[in-house]
Amino acid sequence: MRVSPDSAAIGVEGLWKIFGPKAAKVLACDDRFLDPAALREKTGCTAAVRDVSFDVRPGEVFVVMGLSGSGKSTLVRCLTRLVEPTAGRVTIGGEDVGAAGPARLRELRRHHVSMVFQHFGLLPHRRVIDNVAYGLEVQGVARAERHARAAEILSLVGLDGHAGAYPDQLSGGMQQRVGLARALAVDPQVMLFDEPFSALDPLIRRDMQAEVMRLHREVGKTMVFITHDLAEALKLGERIAIMRAGSIVQLGTPEELVGAPADDYVADFVSDVPRGHVLSLRWIARPPEPGEPLDGPALPATTVIKDAVAAASESSRPIRVVDGDELVGLVDRVDLLTFLSGQETGGAGVTAA
Amino acid sequence: MSSTAVSTPRGLRVPRWVAPAGIAAGFAAAYLVFRGTGTLPHDSEAPQFAAVTELREWIDDHRNDNPVFLYFLNYVRLFVGGVYGAFHAALTALGWPGLIGVTGALAWLAGGRRIAAAAVAGFCSFGVLGLWESSVETLALVAAAVLLSLAIGVPLGVWAGLSRRVHRTVTPVLDVMQIMPTFAYLAPLALFFHIGAPAGTIATMIYAIPPAIRITALAIQQVSPTAVEASASLGATRAQTLVKVHLPLARSTMALAVNQTIMMALSMVVIANLINAPGLGSDIILGLSRAQVGIMLPAGVAIVVMAMLLDRMTVAVARRGPHSRIGRARLAGAGALAVAGVALGFALPREWPRALTVDLAAEINDAVLWAETSWYGVTTFVKDTTSYLLLNPLEGLFTSAPWWLVAAAVLLVAWRVSGVRPALTALGCLLAIALLGTWEHAMRTMTTVAVAVSVTLVVGLALGVAAARSARWSAVQRPVLDAAQTMPAFVYLLPALALFGTTRFTAIFASIVYAVPPVVRLVEEGIRNVPGPVVEAAVSAGSTPGQLLWKVQLPMARRAILLAANQGIVMTLAMVVVGGLVGAGALGYDVVLGFSQRTDFGMGFIAGVATVLLGVMLDRITQGADRRTSPHQRTVT
Repeated sequence: MRVSPDSAAIGVEGLWKIFGPKAAKVLACDDRFLDPAALREKTGCTAAVRDVSFDVRPGEVFVVMGLSGSGKSTLVRCLTRLVEPTAGRVTIGGEDVGAAGPARLRELRRHHVSMVFQHFGLLPHRRVIDNVAYGLEVQGVARAERHARAAEILSLVGLDGHAGAYPDQLSGGMQQRVGLARALAVDPQVMLFDEPFSALDPLIRRDMQAEVMRLHREVGKTMVFITHDLAEALKLGERIAIMRAGSIVQLGTPEELVGAPADDYVADFVSDVPRGHVLSLRWIARPPEPGEPLDGPALPATTVIKDAVAAASESSRPIRVVDGDELVGLVDRVDLLTFLSGQETGGAGVTAA
Repeated sequence: MSSTAVSTPRGLRVPRWVAPAGIAAGFAAAYLVFRGTGTLPHDSEAPQFAAVTELREWIDDHRNDNPVFLYFLNYVRLFVGGVYGAFHAALTALGWPGLIGVTGALAWLAGGRRIAAAAVAGFCSFGVLGLWESSVETLALVAAAVLLSLAIGVPLGVWAGLSRRVHRTVTPVLDVMQIMPTFAYLAPLALFFHIGAPAGTIATMIYAIPPAIRITALAIQQVSPTAVEASASLGATRAQTLVKVHLPLARSTMALAVNQTIMMALSMVVIANLINAPGLGSDIILGLSRAQVGIMLPAGVAIVVMAMLLDRMTVAVARRGPHSRIGRARLAGAGALAVAGVALGFALPREWPRALTVDLAAEINDAVLWAETSWYGVTTFVKDTTSYLLLNPLEGLFTSAPWWLVAAAVLLVAWRVSGVRPALTALGCLLAIALLGTWEHAMRTMTTVAVAVSVTLVVGLALGVAAARSARWSAVQRPVLDAAQTMPAFVYLLPALALFGTTRFTAIFASIVYAVPPVVRLVEEGIRNVPGPVVEAAVSAGSTPGQLLWKVQLPMARRAILLAANQGIVMTLAMVVVGGLVGAGALGYDVVLGFSQRTDFGMGFIAGVATVLLGVMLDRITQGADRRTSPHQRTVT
């Protein structure tokens, strides 16, 4: 089942997950719109995912971000029905996951989607190589072949020489590399990451993020990445969905979230982000004023604002923000300084989608 | 905080203790007024007893023509008997050198050279004590019972571990099986399976299966959910996940299940001897019934040695790391030992050489006699003081109070401690006891249990608190407790019998010794489990050690302490009933009598049922501790 490049790798439509004895009943009536506390009070049920829809494009890194309890882990488990959704439709590579029978579902999990877990989920009684080969083993791949493949993947994630070790002999970061290798070994089209680095300390986390970005460049998998860490989301995500109480409150590129938060919740969330590190020149470019010199240095509109500082300090002329050959606008030193000092400019605020 | 204090106006504030005190006074007054009326004296000729005796006669007559027996029970008996026979034949065929060699080899594989040496020495001691034959019989019985228990218990446990619904269904059944005093189900088993090795094996299984199921279920439930989820996420089937994830990860806890099953079986095989199961038990029962420590001590020692060895071997397996391998040297050593043993078995005579046995019965009896006479003053003082100050008045109270007053008191206490439903169950049990015609004896047994439990709790709390507060004391105490918990229950009757002869007090003493270790352990754990930050906060607020104990540790360990009380009661009851063999009287004695006198079978049978009812009642009264979870806890599905 190969996916055509333009169709969505994952499609989610009107997905609901309600935990509790009367889930179907709650879904059928208006109770489902109650806020979580009231719903629990009234019915004893918890709505973890509420009417979520989105598409993930092939090869994209799609981040779902939210605080703990926002339903993001449940959401990612609904994608391969590790948690059975209450309602809604999930497609992977165009195939309706909800309609798949047990055998087909296993097939999907074996070959198309694999997952990396927050607490690794390694098997302590198996050596690293056998952990990595586990997915191939349950598929019934012969021992020699799966070990060869596992060894290949181990060197890809930088664990050469650790094949014979047991998981408890490795550090946390290395254990998660094993988890990553296990997910990669089955050569899936989609990889799901459930807060994979939350349990690691900050330095190791940074290494692992870099590792994931490198792997994404090298193997080009579609990735759905769950995190509660905004910095991680901004760093990895091509698009980010922010979840709150089971619903997606905003879905967009890092720039959109930071530059144009959909509501106060998102605004509050991104308020500490150094905007100059995320937003591009397009956000502050303004139309040239009459008489302004148009011979300053040219920078592409996608340049991150803080990177424009160097150009601005070299030339006193306003920077020309260009999109290809087309002039988007100008940014001068005053604009940059005002923006970086935290005050809004009256810039165009063009959406960079 | 009490609601009376809030609702009554100022000045009329009633202290909290007034209501219970008033109720207690009411009961005391009712007792004084109605004393002696409404009592239910014991009648050994009661129609209920006669009916059961007749039932047994009928069953004995129709054992070979009733279809239930012919096509089901008799086959079960044959099968179980066959398993026992096979084990016995195999163990005997090895000959004594072969058995010693093979056991040593297994011990070597399980835990290394030291345990192997201990195993060889221990098995030799069976021969030296002159108990080789009985030891082999006991071993075969234990092996048969453990194998069958595991064959039933492990699959059920795995199923219960995987499915909440099965777990919920199985748990209450296991609860009842575990609070049943071991004595109680011997009579029904004898009724259905006759007496002898098969019935003994089945009795042992009933006792040994619950921990097998429980611990296996726990082992499966403890498997890291992420590992299970990871396996599912890679498309493993349920069977693949079970075999490749659940079972390997549960392995070491499941080894503990095997360990517990063996320990339970060992402690039960002795009691099973009452229905003529073969083995070491026969010497112990004989010694107990004749009050001859000299006969039972060697058998007791053999049982303890066997228990310790099997315990060490299985624990060594359980402790092994998740990915350790058996070294080549170890394999070679074990193999050599086994081969040498088997080879010697062919070369040497089958019987353990008579020249190598030591008969100590006479010497032991002399020593016991010396102890009894020279400590007479002390033991009699202890015995008499407790009897006159505690036992007799309490027994008088329970037996002379009207039955309805006792029932009301039980209902009230159970309601207060555990809630409505347990209280009603407890009341039902008590009424059933009355209807069965065992009221008076049940009240006497309850007296003995009450005294034993009070002492157990005082001692257990003191030792538990001491251990929790002093690491050194804990280190000293721990191996003693470990040893005490591996010993089969019966063994505790030995020193008690040696010190106090055949009296009610012997049973009390034995049950205290039997029940203290788990109580100590639960209390110590409860106090130690009080979160470190809480203790730190209390200390940094300037609490003295005493304040820390009374205001922080004991209140927070309340659940563990109440659970300890519950455990203590159940264990004490089991032991007090067994104490019927050594003069405890009441229900236990009726049960024993039921086995020895055919005409009293009915009374023994019903006394057994009454002990179960008593056990359930006492458990329900105290179970509030165990199951009433804090209101904040909620299960998330």
